Amino acid sequence: MSSNLPLFDLYRTMRRIRTFEEHVGELYVRGLSAGSMLHLSIGEEGAAAGVCAAMKPQDSFTTHHRGHGIFLARGAEPDRMMAEIGGKETGYCRGKGGSMHIADMALGHLGANAIVGGGIPHVVGAGLSYKRQKKDAVSVAFFGDGAMQQGILYESMNMAALWELPVLFVCINNQYGMGTRIDRATRSTAFDKRAEAFGLKAEMVDGEDVESVFQAAQGMMDAARAGQPGFMAVSCFRFYGHGRMDKSPYRSAEEEETGRKRDPVAHARAGLLARALATPEQLDALDAQIAREMSAAIDFTAASPAPPLTSMFRDVYGAGQPEPEPARSRIDRILARV
Amino acid sequence: MVEITYRDALRQALHDAMVADDSVVVIGEEVGLYGGAYGVTKDLIRQFGPERLIDTPISEPAIIGTAVGAAMTGLRPVAELMYVDFLGMTMDQVGNQAAKIRYMFGGQIGVPMVLRTQGGTGRSAGAQHSQSLEAWIMHTPGLRLAMPATAGDAYHLLRHSLTLPDPVVFIEHKSLYARKEEADLETPDAPWGKAVVRRRGEHVTIVTYSRMVHVALDAAKTLATRGIEAEVIDLRTLNPLDMATVIASVNRTGRAVALSEGVLTAGVSAELGARISEECFDYLEDPVLRIAGEDIPISVSQALEGSSIPTVDLVVESIEKMVR
Repeated sequence: MSSNLPLFDLYRTMRRIRTFEEHVGELYVRGLSAGSMLHLSIGEEGAAAGVCAAMKPQDSFTTHHRGHGIFLARGAEPDRMMAEIGGKETGYCRGKGGSMHIADMALGHLGANAIVGGGIPHVVGAGLSYKRQKKDAVSVAFFGDGAMQQGILYESMNMAALWELPVLFVCINNQYGMGTRIDRATRSTAFDKRAEAFGLKAEMVDGEDVESVFQAAQGMMDAARAGQPGFMAVSCFRFYGHGRMDKSPYRSAEEEETGRKRDPVAHARAGLLARALATPEQLDALDAQIAREMSAAIDFTAASPAPPLTSMFRDVYGAGQPEPEPARSRIDRILARV
Repeated sequence: MVEITYRDALRQALHDAMVADDSVVVIGEEVGLYGGAYGVTKDLIRQFGPERLIDTPISEPAIIGTAVGAAMTGLRPVAELMYVDFLGMTMDQVGNQAAKIRYMFGGQIGVPMVLRTQGGTGRSAGAQHSQSLEAWIMHTPGLRLAMPATAGDAYHLLRHSLTLPDPVVFIEHKSLYARKEEADLETPDAPWGKAVVRRRGEHVTIVTYSRMVHVALDAAKTLATRGIEAEVIDLRTLNPLDMATVIASVNRTGRAVALSEGVLTAGVSAELGARISEECFDYLEDPVLRIAGEDIPISVSQALEGSSIPTVDLVVESIEKMVR
């Protein structure tokens, strides 16, 4: 592995994701999180950091249930993210989207999706736009291994390959679709072969090693930019349950112990130290600074207001379009008849 | 005024929209070389090429999903779903994605796309190619819904749909494509979202849309020979739903019939009936009468198919009983 790779930056991104996720889990446990849905991506930081580092500012992407890390790696502000997850007015979507529907057009985030595979065809449409508009941009679909069993993925891969679109499909294989391990969901886990069958450039990468992910993603992004869409499966291990409160009764303590040894953050840290690219003191100071940043995001969220009730009827339709009539005014009008 | 078929009016609308706006693309099965299963996009590929008349594999969810993504990134796609019956396959992309993206994302972005499809009976196409699923669309906030009955509306509602900031489901009627009539392609009958009174009458108001407008008008003609004047309201769009025009009419006539080709239960006629009952209660001389499709799948047998939806005779007889 050559030493000119931005391993220090990749480490920082991964550490920020890890710490964000730990803090956002705390937000949830303290009852400051909106809703019952919170899916942490601890263990998957290598996939998020590695692929996003290979993306350019004009590129776009969609994510899935477990997309916090990807959005952070893309440059999202932790306070606005946490506020969105907390359902606050100051969040990226003014509190209406939450963890599973976060989006930001300024960063090319075309949306997280709470439907398994739901956002995948949107990158095909984005790729179509870019090709037609002759824009030098690639659209990347992030999804989990659960979506490998969804038909929409195959329709989308077929179209992207057929039309030679600037699109990259990234499967983050954390071994579990909710509580079902991948070997109980499919007979074949040779995901690259499935993609190759459609004419995509395909690769399998070990997500514990962020540098490998980054290098593979760079090659894939270059090819996609040139009209050869690709597919990457990044293998990793989901440290915790499906949702924050899921205690993973469907897997053994031994499996978790073994899986958690595949830790991309620890791996990158060890790599930095082994190659003398950083000192333990430098990394400890960085970690502490990140912890302060994430604590501040929690404070920001706690101090932020809830969206006003008047915003409830806003944005169902576009600007200038009539808003839906609230129930109370309809009922009052009907009951006030002559 | 020109004499034009409903089909040609739709093609003219697509043509004119594509000339006016370079970002308009048509995407769907057989829309290009074949010219559309019902011929609406015939020959457009000659003028606009395969870059804008995009033939797709038979992959309905991805067609709609691609249109959603394209609409979010600067194109104005017209996705064609060959039959409204295939909505079931695509309902995630239509109902969970296109309809909700603006709201979920706090107003950051909308999905300005048109989903063109056709529905209804009359071609003996069987249970999986003849449904009227507009109630599914009405039931989903975030989607606009247009259902033209005339060639003029086919043209103007489609042109207007392609200027809206939101996803529009545009349901054509398979039995209207060949219908030829005088149309004014310069000026619409009414603005988007406004209903039009197609016939004036004082005894009863028939509220309807799409092909049932013509059933209502034929029934009204017969009723007139028997001394009953029926007012016929063509809703034109079901979202927005112009209740003001409906209320004004029903308050004047005192009777309302909600007429729909879709099945009765939990259908559009049920919604119209409920709204009219709420809004016009003090003016109603009779309960709102729903005349709708039978609660059964559509048969291939033409005899059964034709009898399973409201007929002119049924409308005439029902209104005669109601008014007398």
